[in-house]
Amino acid sequence: MTGARMSTLATLRSRIARLEAGEGAHEARRVALGHAEADALLQGGLATGALHEVFADGGRQATTATGFVFGLAGRVAARRPLLWIRQDYAERETGALSASGLAELGLDPRCLVTVRAPDLEAALRIAADALACDALGAVVLEVWGETQKLDLVGSRKLTLAAQESGVTALVLRIAALPTPSTAETRWSVRAAPSLPGAASEAWGAPRFDAELIRNRHGQTGRWIMEWSCDACCFSQPAADSQPVAATLADRSHQAQTHKRRRRHA
Amino acid sequence: MPIDRIKRKLTSEGAGTRDDVPGVVVIKDSNALLIHSLDEAAARWGLTQALPLANARAICPDLVVHEADIAADAKTLEDVADWCDRFTPLVALDAPHGLLLDITGCAHLFGGEERLLKLVCDALTQRGFTVTAAIASNPVCARTMNRHVHGRIVPDGEEASAVSPLPVSALGASEAITLGLRRAGLKTIGDVASRAPHEITARFGAAFTARLAQALGEGDAPISPRKPPPDYIVEKRFAEPVATDTVIAMSLSSLATTLVAAMAQQGKGARRLEALFFRTDGAVRLIAVDTGQPVTEARVIDRLFRERLEALNDPLDPGFGFDLIRLSAARSEIVVQQQRDLDAHVHDSDELAALIDRIAARIGGKRVLVHLPQDMHIPERAVLPVPAQQHLAAAQQADWPERIEDEPPLRPLRLFERPEAIDVIAQVPDGPPARFVWRRAAHAVVRAEGPERIAMEWWRPDGQGFTRDYFRIEDEHGLRFWLYRDGLYDREIDPKTGKPVQPAWYMHGLFA
Repeated sequence: MTGARMSTLATLRSRIARLEAGEGAHEARRVALGHAEADALLQGGLATGALHEVFADGGRQATTATGFVFGLAGRVAARRPLLWIRQDYAERETGALSASGLAELGLDPRCLVTVRAPDLEAALRIAADALACDALGAVVLEVWGETQKLDLVGSRKLTLAAQESGVTALVLRIAALPTPSTAETRWSVRAAPSLPGAASEAWGAPRFDAELIRNRHGQTGRWIMEWSCDACCFSQPAADSQPVAATLADRSHQAQTHKRRRRHA
Repeated sequence: MPIDRIKRKLTSEGAGTRDDVPGVVVIKDSNALLIHSLDEAAARWGLTQALPLANARAICPDLVVHEADIAADAKTLEDVADWCDRFTPLVALDAPHGLLLDITGCAHLFGGEERLLKLVCDALTQRGFTVTAAIASNPVCARTMNRHVHGRIVPDGEEASAVSPLPVSALGASEAITLGLRRAGLKTIGDVASRAPHEITARFGAAFTARLAQALGEGDAPISPRKPPPDYIVEKRFAEPVATDTVIAMSLSSLATTLVAAMAQQGKGARRLEALFFRTDGAVRLIAVDTGQPVTEARVIDRLFRERLEALNDPLDPGFGFDLIRLSAARSEIVVQQQRDLDAHVHDSDELAALIDRIAARIGGKRVLVHLPQDMHIPERAVLPVPAQQHLAAAQQADWPERIEDEPPLRPLRLFERPEAIDVIAQVPDGPPARFVWRRAAHAVVRAEGPERIAMEWWRPDGQGFTRDYFRIEDEHGLRFWLYRDGLYDREIDPKTGKPVQPAWYMHGLFA
């Protein structure tokens, strides 16, 4: 490669970097999730004032992903109002958000404002508008099904709005496959089975099998994360000595069944 | 009026109507077709209302007959009333074919009563309606006047002399009363008024005496306007109709400035704003915006209307342009001044309220919700979603039950509005399920915790249901469900069949 081309490339790179940083943008803060390995990989925690995507691994995992998003939102919002935007038909499919269930997760239902948008376009507009309001802690956009509207252009609008105000944007995608976007991080979440024990024993805290499938500033990874309702943060499962390999094998089998089911549908 | 409506419709459809051919509208009344409304040409032939159509055809063979449509007539009257809103905010319907306008304090805006009367009548005549009108100090007097002569303005204090020469039928009393008066030899209203009131009351009832007094200008008769008058109104008339979005937006924002200034003098802010767009062809469009807190800034009003107008499903159609735009504060409230500089929290909740207002203006107030805890055990009624605009403050201070420490979530994160029926295989009838099928997929139960028994509220009229036993279930993939069995096996009686309950299973929610 010639010197001239190299310098052109370098100028372009620096311009892109400047563009991406955004002039006068809010200084990105990082909020620790509480899961040591994940925090280390995310260089301290989840960045605020950015866009994060959470994909439910199949429609059945919608509620698990919802819980995970609430966990993230609870961490970054920290008692500030939380706006949850969804389309009104999604309630039929996945059930309505229950404020008492939220309280049981250790989050404050007083901070929750829900919006039922008539269509996705309205939902996106409201999300962009809400992200400009710095009184909010986080804005969650729940999108059901595949869509072209959250591509690079659509997600860039949300990212810019989030950077400008410092409000964190969380997009929960249910029944959709990951597509390129400007998200800071992208997660794929499914439920993790409780540790083996007596069948009549109560289960423990919510457990997520969370895979970080995109991280703009670092590596990706996959962990079992537990949400501890009392401390209001994620944590590493206490009994990690349990054979992880066994659960892994179980999971791949599970993924196959899901794929098969989708083909039949 | 029905015949005017039909002729207007025919003209607009391009089918010309001829004034010299008599036309009537007929309505079916006890199996006979009667004339409901007729035009001038038909009246010249001597046809009258309520004449059977067969008789009318005998008198005038080339009659054009139309079917009556009461609903369309009522709609037309409403439309005309909408149009009349430009003259006064107090417009009342005088069914079936009349309107009452309270023009107290409005006439001078249109150059006096005479010119207002001419303006209204000319405009309506031009649009193809046959109009008669009168102005008087109370609606009964004006109505009486109007039944007999067109275009009279009765000055204050001269009501008695004006209505006295009119025949008794002008009072609009029932057929029996009018006939009774004629039989008694009382031909004019003056004749009736000359009798002692107690004689009239004894024969025709107190209601008629009261009506007579009102027609003579004694006592007032209030009208019942279609909508309550707004607290503040500002409007802008255009000599040249405006049709472009920019001009409309600019007019609205200058109106907002004027409105805010008017409200600020009394320390008020608007809770409901209405913009009325009067089109040159008579159509009127109402756009309303509600706010959660009293609005005192023109900038905010401007933004709310911009959101609302942008989100309209059927955009504002200016047609040939709007000749009047009116902005009114339909509901206003006294603004409590708060010191904002030192308390960041107040500022934040103000901003949140403003955001909620904007979203509500865009998609409607019922779609933006906050949640209030209810003192109830039944899961679907334990939380009440309420519109955020009205209940934001209440929701932020609501008292939620404390969660039990060290306990996994007891309530699901997602709750189905209607519990979904599932097929269950259980080892014992009142035990937890071993397998279940939900939405056509089978789940093997790995863990089950329960039952948590929730009884219905038998003391309420709508609380008659079976006791539910809730189970927290985890399946082989780690998904967590909240199922319940509706009814206690063999211990509850189905009131419909009188037999012991055969419990059914339902999926009510999902845990994270």
